[in-house]
Amino acid sequence: MFALLFIISFILTLESHSYHNSKLISSTNFFSAKVYAVTSNITEYFDLKEQNKILLEQNNMLLKYQANTNASISQNPLDSILSKNFEFTGARVINNVYSKTNNNITIDKGYNDSLEVDMGVITSKGIVGIINKTSGKYARIQSVLNTKSQVNAQLKKSKHFGFLTWNTKNPNTVQLTEIPKLAPIAIGDTIITGGNSAIFPKGILVGRVANYTIENNDSYTVDVSLFNDMTNLSHVFVIKNQNKQEIIQLQSSKDAE
Amino acid sequence: MQNNQIITNIVRFIVLMLIQVIVLNHINFIGYVNPYAYLIFILLFPFDASKTLLIFLSFLLGLSIDLFSDSGGVHAAACVLVGFLRPGILKFSFGVSYQYNAIKLNKVTFKERLLYITLMVIIHHFVLFSLEIFSPSHIVLILKSTLFSGIFSMLLILCILLLFKTKEN
Repeated sequence: MFALLFIISFILTLESHSYHNSKLISSTNFFSAKVYAVTSNITEYFDLKEQNKILLEQNNMLLKYQANTNASISQNPLDSILSKNFEFTGARVINNVYSKTNNNITIDKGYNDSLEVDMGVITSKGIVGIINKTSGKYARIQSVLNTKSQVNAQLKKSKHFGFLTWNTKNPNTVQLTEIPKLAPIAIGDTIITGGNSAIFPKGILVGRVANYTIENNDSYTVDVSLFNDMTNLSHVFVIKNQNKQEIIQLQSSKDAE
Repeated sequence: MQNNQIITNIVRFIVLMLIQVIVLNHINFIGYVNPYAYLIFILLFPFDASKTLLIFLSFLLGLSIDLFSDSGGVHAAACVLVGFLRPGILKFSFGVSYQYNAIKLNKVTFKERLLYITLMVIIHHFVLFSLEIFSPSHIVLILKSTLFSGIFSMLLILCILLLFKTKEN
């Protein structure tokens, strides 16, 4: 009895470590997702003030963007074509974990809202993670605070790209690895997502360079302090890429300019 | 087991599980320290009840915590192990006679109780964090988490046991 049950749980553990999306046991199942939805319904009232402030900031930013770009849309048709390829779906975070080594976030939209695995998730401030499992009404996000997470990101000013990983030490800091030593880098530089994957559009904000060290091979490992407060997430946006193939082509042609 | 014992244990199972997933999993004291107080269910499970039943219920408890925290089977494995080891630990902490004269946890000396709880918590946490982190190179992190979370859990478990002393005859 003991041996059997221990082996079952051990296999489940192994599976959760080897797959990037464990299929059997997950918080997107009906029961636990329901419980999380109910509790977050209650607890989100305690956080309303802070979330209002975030929404206000975002409105502010969008208004500014609209005012500044209105005139130039007709001049640059590429922009409007690009923006049609991405659709954003708003969702509410119902469970957020950031204290483990492999953290997942649960949100209250699933494949009924046409969310799929491998869609990117952001907030108004920056990157959150990638969907790694969906059920009817819920989806699970592999947070950037996950040792298995590897998001393509680059320096804003020089286009040198690397991979975002996490060393589990601090929920506000992630590591950008494999930045070539040639790259001009300074503390305070902005890090954005690179366009090399079809998951995130190019230029989603990630964070700011807090510190950097040279690894033994010829690359930098950069500590990036996130713009997002990963410990306080409430509303997120799921990025739906209408045409992954096309966007890759568009972006590569843009890079070639 | 008597009827009211069965009901007490069912209620305890559900209440502890919900408290764990809704409140305790989100404490994150100094960043990563969470207490795991659901262990009280295994600690208090009637000493004279069947061992197979205990192991099975421990598995269920761990698995339901896993369901909520997206952690594969780490809680289930840790719980099954402490459920399996409990008779041995009981014998070690309270002496061989524990089976015959139905010992109650709040009637033994504080020292014996502390020893029992400490052993259970440390074994559980060590297995839990080893499986969760699952890499030998992070052994320091495993030990650190075990120590800090262990102390936190132990304090919380002792407090809860003191608070509900009268109910747990």
